Amino acid sequence: MSETVDRGGEAPAAKQASASWRFLKTHLREYGILFALIAIMAFFQIATGGILLRPVNLTNLILQNSYIIIMAVGMLLVIVAGHIDLSVGSVLGFIGALAAVMIVNWDMHYLLAGILCLAAGALIGAAQGFWVAYFRIPSFIVTLAGMLVFKGLTLWLLAGQSVGPFPREFQLISSGFIGDPFGMEGFNLLSLLIGLGVAAVLTWLAIRNRQAEARTGVPAEPFAFFAAKTALIFFGIVWMSWLMADFRGLPNVFIVMALLIAVYSFITSRTTIGRRIYAIGGNEKAASLSGINSQRLTFLTFANMGMLAALAGLVFAARLNTATPKAGATFELDVIAAVFIGGASMAGGVGTVIGAVIGAFIMGVMNNGMSILGIGIDYQQVIKGLVLLAAVIFDVMNKKKG
Amino acid sequence: MSTILEMRDITKEFPGVKALDRVNLSVKTGEIHALVGENGAGKSTLMKVLSGVYPHGTYDGEIVFDGEVQSFRTIRDSEAVGIAIIHQELALVPLLSVAENIFLGNERAAGGIIDWRQTERRAAELLERVGLNESPKTPVGDLGLGKQQLVEIAKALSKDVRLLILDEPTSSLNEQDSEKLLSLLKEFRRQGVTSILISHKLNEISQVADTITVLRDGSTVSRLDCSGGISEDDIIRDMVGRALDDRFPPREPTFTEEVALEVVNWTVHHPIDADRIVVRDVSFHVRKGEVLGIAGLMGAGRTELAMSLFGRSYGRDISGSAKINGQPVDLSSVRRAINAGLAYATEDRKTYGLVLEDTIRRNISMAKLDAVADGMVLNRARETEVAERYRERLNIKSSSIEQETVNLSGGNQQKVVLSKWLFADPDILILDEPTRGIDVGAKFEIYTVIRDLAKQGKAIVVISSEMPELLGITDRLYVMNEGRFVGEMPTHEASQEKIMARIIKTGERVT
Repeated sequence: MSETVDRGGEAPAAKQASASWRFLKTHLREYGILFALIAIMAFFQIATGGILLRPVNLTNLILQNSYIIIMAVGMLLVIVAGHIDLSVGSVLGFIGALAAVMIVNWDMHYLLAGILCLAAGALIGAAQGFWVAYFRIPSFIVTLAGMLVFKGLTLWLLAGQSVGPFPREFQLISSGFIGDPFGMEGFNLLSLLIGLGVAAVLTWLAIRNRQAEARTGVPAEPFAFFAAKTALIFFGIVWMSWLMADFRGLPNVFIVMALLIAVYSFITSRTTIGRRIYAIGGNEKAASLSGINSQRLTFLTFANMGMLAALAGLVFAARLNTATPKAGATFELDVIAAVFIGGASMAGGVGTVIGAVIGAFIMGVMNNGMSILGIGIDYQQVIKGLVLLAAVIFDVMNKKKG
Repeated sequence: MSTILEMRDITKEFPGVKALDRVNLSVKTGEIHALVGENGAGKSTLMKVLSGVYPHGTYDGEIVFDGEVQSFRTIRDSEAVGIAIIHQELALVPLLSVAENIFLGNERAAGGIIDWRQTERRAAELLERVGLNESPKTPVGDLGLGKQQLVEIAKALSKDVRLLILDEPTSSLNEQDSEKLLSLLKEFRRQGVTSILISHKLNEISQVADTITVLRDGSTVSRLDCSGGISEDDIIRDMVGRALDDRFPPREPTFTEEVALEVVNWTVHHPIDADRIVVRDVSFHVRKGEVLGIAGLMGAGRTELAMSLFGRSYGRDISGSAKINGQPVDLSSVRRAINAGLAYATEDRKTYGLVLEDTIRRNISMAKLDAVADGMVLNRARETEVAERYRERLNIKSSSIEQETVNLSGGNQQKVVLSKWLFADPDILILDEPTRGIDVGAKFEIYTVIRDLAKQGKAIVVISSEMPELLGITDRLYVMNEGRFVGEMPTHEASQEKIMARIIKTGERVT
């Protein structure tokens, strides 16, 4: 077959152009999602007359979506493994309530309470994962039950009341910003330096990876694409951190988020455990017969999801500065939507952490932009629903063509 | 005789690959026309063009059916003129009855209300025509594969088929059922129904075909008239483009006296129906450097034996003991079995062997991921190097190791599965139907790999339903029937007749 590929005497330039085109066609999905985010941001930036990317709004945007993104990272693993978790919104609410009861009502130290909450979240996830992994109860049903159970337990724990406020230190999780040792007036230099540093490291990693690919002869993306993408990411990060430095600097929760994204990206793309999760999502029978312990891995992805839902619960409670019985309702839908917009497949085995994060940002930017424009919540829901549908239709069509 | 189908200069391109290059196919009315070629030669693509899976306009060339130029846009269009395809993977709904399946999408109904009486009467007629003695009310899932195939054919007949296309119809049937199917085709020929038969089994083809079209690398190589008799060797020569003097690599006995795997009194119960014993009191051994065969009919319990040994992947209430290199071993999970030096390559590579959407590289490293990782972190360069090495060694035809295995032909998929297990480096390798549904050239390559492994001192167990294959590559044989081992013989003393005699005799004793 390899001879037929190079058949024909095209001129080198035309050949290169067609190679680029072919590459773009096969990788449309990966670039498409990034372009979609940029296009949506550009649209709202213009439509809102520049409000969208004002430092204060950008900071808000991140704070508003942090808990969705944190959960989307965990959900990505669950969906890649071929399952779903509908309980995360309720678990988020429940952990918020648990934190409020421990910190506000029992005067427990917030650090200890935070650790206990994370452990409780992991335990909840493990309990659900146990039934899914070892008894093969469909995850849709187990977590639907979990959703109802923890919604009820939240109500019970709070006795139907809101509990708050939290001590100031606890609030800082989501309303705090990193300090600035440079002490410049109205500009957080450290934030900008962190942004520059991260951008530089990412660029360096990208170049190193490309060199490694070239050495082992893996077909790499055309150089123009590589350069454009890397430059875009570099300047995008630097610019964002400049904007935020101009306000109050990087929010604490942003650092947490960035670390999670980095760690989970690494786990999914570069470690044996990540690879095995993709394998069980792709074909569990084949994976099991290759000696992969699919039950344990499924169990772990759910435990991990529970822990991240608990972390999101702490962030959300700290942001609202109170725990309410309604907290977290329908969040699971936003999280799942983000993962699917980000290119994951319902059947499992496909999806990336970065895709899920971009998916969450697409939803977040649309929420934020439409609110600024004064579009009612009714239309917002309709538009978000259609975007989700369009993204998945695009995916399916794209796959059929390939 | 008139010509019912004429496909002229069919060219079909996929991005970067020309799958068909000006292929011509001419089928006479009322004949059995065999279409042969190695995997990837373009047989399935050609049939997809014919049946409208690839709609008119996505290929070049023309299709003339019944004297008229056709431009099928969907499968329904081709069905409307009387072309029916029966795919390798049957398209039946197991929980629905035979009658419901036959008329699925084509219900005997008036105004949307199904006429059950007519449905069952018509179904019974069709079943009689295909020689299937079952009630139309039986759920299809309760029937064996051979009978399901007949239901598929009845379904095609219900649509007044004029050209029946069968894609590898006998690849998963036992000899008896295959025989029955072939005589049914001959019966159709008498009734004037034309058939196109795609098959790798050359003995079947030379038995029933009137004309053979051979495809190679997307082109028509030859059109053979069988009226004067045709030899399998002629077909093979056209298929592979060279004379294949020997279908099996030379066999030099390489086995030693050292026993690699010894299994004693192995008994396995059915996973759901615990009272049913699937493997009964089986004891056997395989020596280092030996190729051992396990012969038997479908359902004899061979796959169940292998899978229950390999990490208890099948069955329940498993009893018996296993020793590897003289030491008792714990085979209670797949991981433990692999670590003990055992590997099992499945008979069903799509369901149990491959992650189809994953690349060749990722599939090859799957069973021994730790060997291409530093601690928990994957070493991409080492993984690439491993995948490249096996791609070359087993001659996996692909654009690169980054190709998704779903796009490979059956033979190349099988080579990926083999690569995975070779990389896991077991002492004992169990191969379950290692050449099912793959072409002559790839078969020879796989046999060569098997002999090479034996030469390196590995113990190989081959489970196969193709007796010539077992007689051609093994050193020693066990015969299995109804869950028991009923015979053992050195291969040089064995023959198909001897094996069948063992099976039939023990079958009589049991019933």
